[in-house]
Amino acid sequence: MKDASQTTGSLFEFGSKWDYAPAPEARDWVKIQSRYELFIGGKFVAPHSGRYFPTISPSTEEVLAEVAEADDTDVDAAVAAAEEAQRAWIALRPGERSKYLFRLARAVQERSRELAILESLDGGKPIKESRDVDLPLVCAHLFYHAGWADKLDLAFQGRAYRPLGVAGQIIPWNFPLLMAAWKIAPALACGNAVVLKPAETTSLTALHLARICQEIELPPGLVNIITGAGATGAALASHPRVKKVAFTGSTEVGRRIQAATAGSGKKLTLELGGKAANIVFADAPIDQAIEGIIGAIFFNQGHVCCAGSRLLVEESVAGELIEKLKDRMRTLRVGDPLDKNTDIGAINSEAQLKTIEGLVKSGEEEGAERWSAPCELPGKGFWFSPTIFTGVTSSHRIAREEIFGPVLSVLTFRTADEAVEKANNTMYGLSAGVWTSKGSKSFWMAQRLRAGVVWANTFNKFDPSAPFGGLKESGFGREGGRQGLSAYVEIDG
Amino acid sequence: MNDVSHDAGQRLAVAKTYKFFVGGAFIRPESGRTYPVTTAIDSADAHHVNAPRASRKDLREAVRVAAGAWKGWAERTATNRGQILYRIAEMLEARREELHQQLVRSGSSAGDAKVEIEASIDRCVYYAGFTDKYQSLLASANPTGGPHFVFTLPESMGVVGVVAPEEAPLLGLLSMALPALVGGNVVVVITSECRPLVGLVLGELLATSDVPAGVVNILSGPSAELATELAKHREVAAIHVVADVPQTLIDVERLGAGSIKRVKGEGHVFVERLYTPRGQGLSAIERWIEPKTIWHPVAI
Amino acid sequence: MNANTAVHVPATIIASAPRIDRVMVEERAASFSKRSLKKASKVRGLRLAISMMDLTSLEGKDTAGKVEALCRKALRPLDRDPSVPSCAAVCVYPNLVPVAKRELAGTSVQIASVATAFPSGLSPLSIKLDDVRRAVDFGADEIDMVIDRGAFLSGHYAKVFDEIAATKEASGKAHLKVILETGELGSYDLVRAASDLAIAAGADFIKTSTGKVQPAATPGVVLVMLQAIADHYRKTGIKIGMKPAGGVRHAKQALAYLVMVKETLGDDWLSPHLFRFGASALLNDVLLQLEKDRLGVYHADDDFSRD
Repeated sequence: MKDASQTTGSLFEFGSKWDYAPAPEARDWVKIQSRYELFIGGKFVAPHSGRYFPTISPSTEEVLAEVAEADDTDVDAAVAAAEEAQRAWIALRPGERSKYLFRLARAVQERSRELAILESLDGGKPIKESRDVDLPLVCAHLFYHAGWADKLDLAFQGRAYRPLGVAGQIIPWNFPLLMAAWKIAPALACGNAVVLKPAETTSLTALHLARICQEIELPPGLVNIITGAGATGAALASHPRVKKVAFTGSTEVGRRIQAATAGSGKKLTLELGGKAANIVFADAPIDQAIEGIIGAIFFNQGHVCCAGSRLLVEESVAGELIEKLKDRMRTLRVGDPLDKNTDIGAINSEAQLKTIEGLVKSGEEEGAERWSAPCELPGKGFWFSPTIFTGVTSSHRIAREEIFGPVLSVLTFRTADEAVEKANNTMYGLSAGVWTSKGSKSFWMAQRLRAGVVWANTFNKFDPSAPFGGLKESGFGREGGRQGLSAYVEIDG
Repeated sequence: MNDVSHDAGQRLAVAKTYKFFVGGAFIRPESGRTYPVTTAIDSADAHHVNAPRASRKDLREAVRVAAGAWKGWAERTATNRGQILYRIAEMLEARREELHQQLVRSGSSAGDAKVEIEASIDRCVYYAGFTDKYQSLLASANPTGGPHFVFTLPESMGVVGVVAPEEAPLLGLLSMALPALVGGNVVVVITSECRPLVGLVLGELLATSDVPAGVVNILSGPSAELATELAKHREVAAIHVVADVPQTLIDVERLGAGSIKRVKGEGHVFVERLYTPRGQGLSAIERWIEPKTIWHPVAI
Repeated sequence: MNANTAVHVPATIIASAPRIDRVMVEERAASFSKRSLKKASKVRGLRLAISMMDLTSLEGKDTAGKVEALCRKALRPLDRDPSVPSCAAVCVYPNLVPVAKRELAGTSVQIASVATAFPSGLSPLSIKLDDVRRAVDFGADEIDMVIDRGAFLSGHYAKVFDEIAATKEASGKAHLKVILETGELGSYDLVRAASDLAIAAGADFIKTSTGKVQPAATPGVVLVMLQAIADHYRKTGIKIGMKPAGGVRHAKQALAYLVMVKETLGDDWLSPHLFRFGASALLNDVLLQLEKDRLGVYHADDDFSRD
């Protein structure tokens, strides 16, 4: 059955009898500066080195702006500004801190569309996602933590706690503004000040957020944004007066940061890679599971640390499921991130595209069977067709390594025990998915899966009230929820 | 001479008829009765002001409307409820002058009025930030052992009757209504009897604060009498009364027993605590929620 | 078919119908309305929607005059623009089929008639079949039958199955649309089971609703039914048609359903042969949008005839 659809295509004709005209989101009203400075002590300042680097749109390779590159001196200035601001911040009544955060949340909410457009331009993700997922979640995280700022006594249940001081925060390029909100909101709510470094390919929304901080008169120095690449991040993480390091990114860099901060007494949280199993039982609601599989791996081009990149299917339904999955993939629309009908946007960078291509090549070489959705890719920019591999075994590189792209590896299992064993057979432990119509089985699986988040009959759901984070080499610490607050305080007892 | 040109000194001010706020609409009392409200100073509005006087029928109607709004309010996401309560804070802040005027008219000093309004706005913000958090503080995963997931979740009760104190007519009312709303309940509020206007004006602000119709209903009238009516009403799940007369509190508790109502009666101490940390908190929310324990098997 | 299979086949169909997860199905169903349809694609979609309409009048007060006007509107929805296509069909009560036949003879517009003791279906089978035969004799090209929901919900699947099969036979050459009245079924699981049952019993089309019960067609229900059709096609190669009815009032909703069809079943179903809208108010809203697009100004309701 699988082979038939491979050679002859689908039984269904997903053609162009009625096609959608281009529906681009207007972007001309969003003002992008030609150059962005560092945001330190509430002001935009030129970098000490005088160096800038370009940021491009990965869908067109158009240079959008140039961005300041922060060096050690800039990092030092940012940390000093944050230290000073933090002292005044903790002197405020908690209710006043709360109101500042609410104000920030509201201002971001008001500017959501502008920020969504920027996010799609600079990062390549479809506007549908930046508009309907990223930005609403950004606002939700700010609102949620605003409400904690004056309720910390309750959150820590009578234990004595105190803020850490300056938090150095290093975030990735897959959810640029959302990760900024995840980092900044709990830090400020708990009485800290932050120095945040966005990823070098996606600095713009964080810098626009800086402008909003200025506009709402957030105390200067409370939020500092320094831009740059790995060296800037390393300087921040190892700065002696940074008391807390929060990092989201690859396991490889996380390992380096953990080693670099060893012995410094800095508090550390790491949210790293993943290779999540998405497990579909024969008794699952299959058509909804298909949607869940699609969302799990193709959301944000698969640039998601908790992506369901390993599909484990009960063997008895594998043939039918794969056929349906391919049909669904034929309807995915790959293209202009700013087109409202785009489902899959551009790969974030040329470097990431090369990584994806390399791992896909290894999958082919190791004997797995590749199928990519037939879609026309734009000539310029970085693109990759939604792809699945069947005939994958647990030893294949594509079953073990994080691809961080729209590539799904399909494995099969026969019993629930075998599903658990295969799902847990990885160095990662960030998330997992389970699809079954039987509630008791969902819970049984959830208990046994070694992952920080388990989704049952859903996937890639995020909410500020629900703690998120990983086990094993997916990192430590949680973000969100009451549990996420402890990453930003020292607790006695 | 132009018709509309006038000398401000000669212009007659337009006086306002105050109305109940029920089901998102402003309505007159069913009985047609009002009662005079003493005002401390002459104002541009009117020298003599009447407040609508609620009857049993008005109360019954307000409870019916509130009960109809309960499900929709409780089923909204916690975040959305928080956004709406925060919107109330925004509207209060934007129209604080009107509230100030009302408080001063009814006897507050300018300074006290300012303090009460600011505390009221901040109280809205405080509870707005609670809608998506009390669950993580009041819920539990229960280690019962055996092959079950057992958790206990807070659920709302339904219609909560609120009889606001005579003093602090704005902050007192909000400090009682907000925690009930946080937990997904709907409220029928009886304002301060002597100082009802600020509570009725609050209804006008709520009407522009995205609060769904029927979630908050505000009446004014003979508080003690209305409190006992609320206590008797079987559709009212819980009642919170602040009254200076101890007998009122005893009556409410006794009558509430008819439907095993959750009753909280407080005297003047409630008002004394309003400006202290004990004037707000988790306990005020917990009072109006019912924990529900769910057992679910864990098995293949 | 012996007595044993007559009972067991329907029961097996119900038992093997896939479970439906409400949350995910509604999430997916809602996603189709997010497609942004501009310019030419919007106009093409709206015209397609008109060509798929079963323009309906099913009221106790229907008269020959009302049905004549309905037929004229179906044939030529917009007098001032003859390029607007005709509707697929008119849908009326059996007694008014002769009127429609007279008005529409020789045109492309089909005549659909509700039958089988519409809308409840709670009459003896013999009466329901008479109802069907009479509608066909009067000239109905299509029969819109209702299932006996009471029988279905009480577990008498064989009765429902047999009645559909008998109605199919009584319909002769007329196409059979089977109304599930999904608003009375209470769960997506049962919507799916009823879809499978109706298809197995001989439905040419499955249809959501009579229009007399709320909720009528909803995106979630329509998606579940389209997936039943997809699964049947995968298994047998036979294409069953789909008709959402009731609750589709706005052009925007119609376009969202077309997106759903396009992305669930593909191009073959983007045709009046396999997809219909059962509607009365929808046509004018679609015309309003088309005229807005053609002339660049918003029109008033009264710019269009009310027939």
